[in-house]
Amino acid sequence: MAGWSEKLRRNGFGWGLVLPSLLFLCLFTYYPMLKSVWLSMYEKNLATPEPLFVGFGNYANLLKDQVFMKVLGNNIGFAIGTVPTSLGLAFLMALFADKAIKGRGLARLSFFYPNMIPMIAVANIWLFLYTPHFGLLARLATWIAEQPINLLGTPNTVMGALIIMMVWKEAGYFMIFYLAGMQQIPKDLYEAAAVSGVGALTSIRRITIPLTMPTTLFVGVVAITNSFKLVDHLWIMTKGGPNNASNLLLYYIYDTTFNFYDQGMAATMTVVMIVLLLIISSMQFFGWDHKIHYE
Amino acid sequence: MLKQSKLTALLLLVSIMAIAGCGQTNKSSAGKDMNTNQPAMTASTPESSESKNVEITFYYPVNVGGPLTKVIDGMVSTFMEQHPDIKVNPVYTGNYGDNTVKIQAGVQAKQPPDVAVMMSTELYSMLDMKAIIPLDDFIVKDTDIQMSDFYPAFLEDTQTESTTYSIPFQRSTIVMYYNKEMFKAAGLDPEKPPATWDELVTYAKKLNRDGHAGLEIPGNDDSYWMFQMLARQNATDPKQNIMSSDGKKAMFNTPENVEALQFWLDLSHKQKVMPEGVIDWATVPTDFIQGKTAMMMHTSGNLTNVKNNAKFEFGVAFPPAQKQFGSPTGGGNLYIFENTSPEKQAAAWEFVKYMTASEQAALFSSSSGYVGVRKSAYDTEAMKKYTADFPQALVARNQLEYAFRELSTHNHGKVSKAITNQIQAALAGEIDAAGALKKAQEEADQALAPFNK
Amino acid sequence: MDNPLKLPMLLNRNNRKPLVDNRTLRLERTRRRILQLLWHGMGFGFAALWMIPFIWVVRTAFLPKESAIGSGWSWGLTFDNLIHVWQAAPFGQFFMNTLLVCSGVLAVQLVTMTMAAYAFARVQFAGKDLLFMLFLVQIMVPPDVLIFSNYQVLNEMGLLDTLLGIMLPYFASSFGVFLLRQSFKQLPKELDEAARVEGASRLHILSRIYVPLSRPIYVSFAIVSVSFHWNDFLWPLIVTNSEDNRLLTVGLAMFAKATESGAQWSDVCAATLIVSAPLMIGFLLFQRQVIGSFMSSGIKG
Repeated sequence: MAGWSEKLRRNGFGWGLVLPSLLFLCLFTYYPMLKSVWLSMYEKNLATPEPLFVGFGNYANLLKDQVFMKVLGNNIGFAIGTVPTSLGLAFLMALFADKAIKGRGLARLSFFYPNMIPMIAVANIWLFLYTPHFGLLARLATWIAEQPINLLGTPNTVMGALIIMMVWKEAGYFMIFYLAGMQQIPKDLYEAAAVSGVGALTSIRRITIPLTMPTTLFVGVVAITNSFKLVDHLWIMTKGGPNNASNLLLYYIYDTTFNFYDQGMAATMTVVMIVLLLIISSMQFFGWDHKIHYE
Repeated sequence: MLKQSKLTALLLLVSIMAIAGCGQTNKSSAGKDMNTNQPAMTASTPESSESKNVEITFYYPVNVGGPLTKVIDGMVSTFMEQHPDIKVNPVYTGNYGDNTVKIQAGVQAKQPPDVAVMMSTELYSMLDMKAIIPLDDFIVKDTDIQMSDFYPAFLEDTQTESTTYSIPFQRSTIVMYYNKEMFKAAGLDPEKPPATWDELVTYAKKLNRDGHAGLEIPGNDDSYWMFQMLARQNATDPKQNIMSSDGKKAMFNTPENVEALQFWLDLSHKQKVMPEGVIDWATVPTDFIQGKTAMMMHTSGNLTNVKNNAKFEFGVAFPPAQKQFGSPTGGGNLYIFENTSPEKQAAAWEFVKYMTASEQAALFSSSSGYVGVRKSAYDTEAMKKYTADFPQALVARNQLEYAFRELSTHNHGKVSKAITNQIQAALAGEIDAAGALKKAQEEADQALAPFNK
Repeated sequence: MDNPLKLPMLLNRNNRKPLVDNRTLRLERTRRRILQLLWHGMGFGFAALWMIPFIWVVRTAFLPKESAIGSGWSWGLTFDNLIHVWQAAPFGQFFMNTLLVCSGVLAVQLVTMTMAAYAFARVQFAGKDLLFMLFLVQIMVPPDVLIFSNYQVLNEMGLLDTLLGIMLPYFASSFGVFLLRQSFKQLPKELDEAARVEGASRLHILSRIYVPLSRPIYVSFAIVSVSFHWNDFLWPLIVTNSEDNRLLTVGLAMFAKATESGAQWSDVCAATLIVSAPLMIGFLLFQRQVIGSFMSSGIKG
């Protein structure tokens, strides 16, 4: 009997400690997720103010929605454009900033500071840089192309312009994780390598890269997730235009909700987004969870 | 051990209370007006609204930067001085787009403002959401409003099926701004701006030199507005518009409209007098002021900005005609909302009346560059002085006889996006004029299908 | 940031004994020096490149309006833009709101995450593993993505257009719970037992032993959390209507997007500077700590 009450008390204590967090998670993570799933089965928009059950009709419509397909493609393109580049750069930055050379702190600072600027301010800064006639980068592009170029107003260049901005903003952030990762590498490994006459590049390839693999995996997932969830800049810079060339999924959801008032479709797209994110992060989380258990 | 279980119990209790608390707000929020920070109005005695204080919330957008919010806030406080029983809480909600989002969101959340300035184009969406009230009862009872004093071009989009739903407030048309110094430098008469499409092209070609463009027409956010202008100018029928007046049909894909869009595209692709690609709405005036373009098509709402910042003499003219002159009207009207009490709606009406009276219309027009919405506004001393010093301000008003309703349909968000996107694609050279309008038409038809059942 | 690791391939050449003859060694040395120079040049070049956007904005913010967007290079220093912007919109109010939201969120987060982290680290209770997996979900699907549904939840609660509404979805942080749980787990269990023998309750142990010993993690989390909420935009934009509840980022966006007039670049740059300045200054002052915090907030590989 004593075991029983002890067990009960322990369980109550544990749950009690978790409960406040759980409450907020229920309200703002689980409940909204379920609600999205529920609402995605209904048609609810300006023409149909009262929810009308349509089963998987919205999902079928989504497949036929050319804009959605384009936006999804854009988002994948945006991820492919930003993730490897910023990861690669971050790795190089970390290699550079990790060493004990003069001015290292300054280099680190200049790589990292974009991360401290609100996305919305970053968007303003880059909008200015890209503005035809007046912006620095617009002038540069005009000089290279020898004709006026409207970087954000041309479908071919707008995505590239936004990708460059994102890499600028994110690379320094990811550098930090690589710095942390590199510090964990035992330094005798390098010494041993140096003694046996292995060159610098080889030891980077054979030691640094493999041993920072977990960091790469972690940062990779963060970067991919970011490419789906960071859309503040669109609000300032392009509104997804021209002709949806720069539109991203979350911004399209925002537009569908608050400009088209199509709640059913917005919920459907939210569900698609949730599933995407779960797939992306579960790949890594299982690996990560192992790490934690074996720490 | 005892202490621990006590604490556990306490934790549980707190959590339960939090849940219960949330549930309670949940129930009570429906009846309460959460929009404002005022103490909730509980009493609802129907009579004697004079003796009681009414508090209303007023949303407004400003598209012309900081100073204008001060003008509107100033008008609001004079209103309150004259109506001590009504308290107005003005809420500046950003530009038109954000403002609409805020209002729509508020309507969906059953917490709309009491009165708001909103795009005239939102009429059908608002009606579909059952968000606004008809104003005819007020108009019939209240002779002060003098509807006939408003310019008819502005009244067109306040009505549907002979019911009036809004009162014109912050209104504009598209005008052509041109740099007189550049005209002189190019050997053109600065007092004779181009009046036809052909002249526009010839002039623009001459003006496209010394590192500045001949002409700029913005093509992003609401490019359909500029397209409407060109379409009307190219229309044989003087009443032709790109949608039906009941807002249930879009008429984008007509041969004349294709010609109009083609003309726009040719300006950059064929005639090379305009920069390529989609030109940003906000940068066009800056380009003009900085001498990067000799002419621009833009809203008359930009007059004050150009006047204050241009370091050269500039002229304002009607956008040139092909078969006729024409410009859509633009801007916002004052709407009164459902889901509030009759007292608030009455107070809102008083407020609307005040904001659109001659003196206020004159004040607002002269400090913003928007067109005065009433004829009598132009008879006020303030306005006479303003237009005498700055005759350019009269152009937009004089154009009203050629002005017509801005694109306004059911499902306006989707319909306007359909045409805007395709125009952008065409400007970017991804699709030709005919293809763009065909596609826009299909998308619009699809968005409007449920309303034509 | 006292990193003991010096990538040795370029620097530790002294460790090598001269096994080969001098000439080869000298050649090798020159080659290395050139490579090193190239590498440094590249690194600092990039660092300089990274600074340009910000310098450009600072320059524009302080230049007189006329010369700011002219094509030529001109000099001149003015505070007019900053003053004008500061007066044009209630940035002071926005600043206070942002501060309030950041500190409010953080305060609640610290409490909720400490409790949950302790439970996951040291208490055995039924359903713990399942619950832990459930907590993971918030990291995978952050509240940012659920704006559409969360807006409706907040509406049901009647908390739209309130500062509390902005904060609420972030009161629980699975990320914080994770971080802290790891740190708690690393503390020796003997500490618990010793304290228990002396009759201390578990909550007492938590507050007296676990929390103080995990201070660095708390600092890290605080910095990450504050910088996140300082920069957040879409959610506060959707939730708030009135100026009284507007945050800095939203105020900036609205200021910059008053579209009917042309883009006023001097003003926009000045406003951008005002909004970014507080965090930037904080960052410059506590650079080491900030970078260190972000470092330890990453789950170490």
